[in-house]
Amino acid sequence: MSRHMLPRPSARLLSGRLGPWWELFYRFGPPRWTIYMRHNWAGKRLVISLPYLWLLLFFLAPFIIVFKMSFSEVRLAMPPYAPLWQWVTEKAIDVHLNFGNYLFLLTDGLYLSSYLYSLKVAAISTVFCLLIAYPMAYAMARSSPATRNLYLMLIILPFWTSFLLRVYAWIGLLKNNGVINNVLMALGVIDEPITMMQTDFAVFIGIVYSYLPFMILPLYSNLEKHDFTLLEAAADLGAGPITSFLRVTLPLSIPGIIAGSLLVFIPAVGEYVIPSLLGSTDQLMIGRVLSDEFFANRDWPVASAVAIAMLLLLMVPIMLFQHFQARELAGAK
Amino acid sequence: MAERRNDNKREPWRDPAAQAYIQIENVTKRFGDFVAVNNVSLRIYQHEIFCLLGGSGCGKTTLLRMLAGFEPPTSGRILIDGKDMADTPPYERPTNMMFQSYALFPHMTVAKNVSFGLEQEKLPKAEIAARVGEILDIVKMREFAGRKPHQLSGGQRQRVALARALARRPKLLLLDEPLGALDKKLREQTQFELINIQERLGVTFVVVTHDQEEAMTLASRIGVMNRGEIVQVGTPSEIYEFPGTRFVADFIGSVNMFEGQLIEDLPDRVRIRSAELGGVVYVDHGISAAPGSNVWAAIRPEKINISRTAPADVAENCVSGVVKEIAYMGDLSIYLVRIGSGKMVRVTLPNVERLSDDERILWDENVFLSWHSSSPVVLSQ
Repeated sequence: MSRHMLPRPSARLLSGRLGPWWELFYRFGPPRWTIYMRHNWAGKRLVISLPYLWLLLFFLAPFIIVFKMSFSEVRLAMPPYAPLWQWVTEKAIDVHLNFGNYLFLLTDGLYLSSYLYSLKVAAISTVFCLLIAYPMAYAMARSSPATRNLYLMLIILPFWTSFLLRVYAWIGLLKNNGVINNVLMALGVIDEPITMMQTDFAVFIGIVYSYLPFMILPLYSNLEKHDFTLLEAAADLGAGPITSFLRVTLPLSIPGIIAGSLLVFIPAVGEYVIPSLLGSTDQLMIGRVLSDEFFANRDWPVASAVAIAMLLLLMVPIMLFQHFQARELAGAK
Repeated sequence: MAERRNDNKREPWRDPAAQAYIQIENVTKRFGDFVAVNNVSLRIYQHEIFCLLGGSGCGKTTLLRMLAGFEPPTSGRILIDGKDMADTPPYERPTNMMFQSYALFPHMTVAKNVSFGLEQEKLPKAEIAARVGEILDIVKMREFAGRKPHQLSGGQRQRVALARALARRPKLLLLDEPLGALDKKLREQTQFELINIQERLGVTFVVVTHDQEEAMTLASRIGVMNRGEIVQVGTPSEIYEFPGTRFVADFIGSVNMFEGQLIEDLPDRVRIRSAELGGVVYVDHGISAAPGSNVWAAIRPEKINISRTAPADVAENCVSGVVKEIAYMGDLSIYLVRIGSGKMVRVTLPNVERLSDDERILWDENVFLSWHSSSPVVLSQ
């Protein structure tokens, strides 16, 4: 028996055999402090509380500030908004709640149309991401472990380049005298360049390209766990390849589809960089409106209201995500 | 059961005119350099329970998967009901399979799992419901129809898998280690249920198993496989009583093997001198081997008599030794006896009576082992 696999001290004691001298330390059980550590390790709470503290400080606190700001009024000062409350006398407090910012969002058509446009762009991009990512993830999950790692690597590889650079690269590809138009004209397919920049098409390309890995990875991690014998069983029961896919693979991959879709949809709604660089200036996405409101217009209260409204808008899909994740965890048992 | 199976209808393989339901002709399957199934030819008849028996990696599952259509044979032909299956995908074959892992659809209820195959046949809803109910009754799972597979025990899942495979009323049911995941008691009980269901529905079963007991209980015939080849095909009693090779004799049950030379070779009797035994084995039936050649006499432990006193004829089929080990198993006891040559001989005795320690043969006693001249099987390979 190796020294690393010492028998229980009591058993050792009963057997009456003497071991090396240092076994004396183990004779009466492990030291008490190790038992204490195992059962009441304070570190467990510390490890859990650290990320919560982080979220509290850098997520909840700014949120409260923004939330407070959204009920305030603009004024030309530093900071550029009125305080929510003031001490009138020593005992009376004057609270100013201004719902005008939210009303303004509803009355000014710009905001509503920007919200709807953002949702539309995000939804269409998500659908395209799903259509492209599903076959890719499926092929990856079905390939041999060695090639699988290669494919994963290839998908993660673009992340090594700056996101901004990659979007700029698309400008070089899409613009009127860009790579695509030049090649097509040289081949004689088209006579004059196709306008792709500053169109919805360019925005879709940019978003689908940038967010594709966020769709592939959750789908892949789901599909990879599928039991291949289930497909054999379906085939054995008379289901052709299409029926097998629709009745077995697809329903079992729904958690992956939902996770991937939300990972694409949620950030795509608030996307700022891609529509700014590739999209048209006629129709703004809400991220652009938000930034203009803050920096160009310097109307912080309205900008805050825009942000809060967007957050509420995204709460619905986030909660859906939570719900499905919880359901999958319950189902996995 | 033995009497019922004793006519040609029950044993169609004895009837040369009978049409085989499955014909496997010179089938070979290679995975790269590895030969999983090597030139196997088999004929399996309707209403049989045919067991493919062998250790792990002997190619039995590969053969079954070729019948189901999941693997194409590298060479050779498989005919089911007279039709070549080469270009028939699994979903068009008249077979259904019960998978070793059961492969139940985890997102569907028991009823949905069972009705899956029927829905592929585009049957009317009412008929599907009726047939699902019927088959769930047969496997006694009707009250669990609304459960999901993860809410069932291993035995219940096994029943659902069986029901799902039977729901389409296949002519041929393939079972891959059907009872592997069950404990011993449940397994024995389920074996008889399987036979009942098979007789009731008239399905042909091809069962893959590594458990010889399971094969013995279920099978009408057993095909013993070793290293991708079928070594012997026969009824359970043929395989047990008349193994064709040392591998089969050793694989099915336990056996005492004595190597020796043929010293007398007549059509109705054979004598073998064995140094390993330290005596002569006399066999009252002929064999086919050249005189003087090396042969093995195989004697089953339960066919050996153990006694304190010497039998009448000690010249042949008798050896003395010392009891070295006794294992009391309840229904029987196993004795390991060391004979003169140093070889250990295994003897089993049924515990018919309750004996006191004085009457029982105990450790280190000198005993005589003897057997009837019909008991040994002479093997030349």
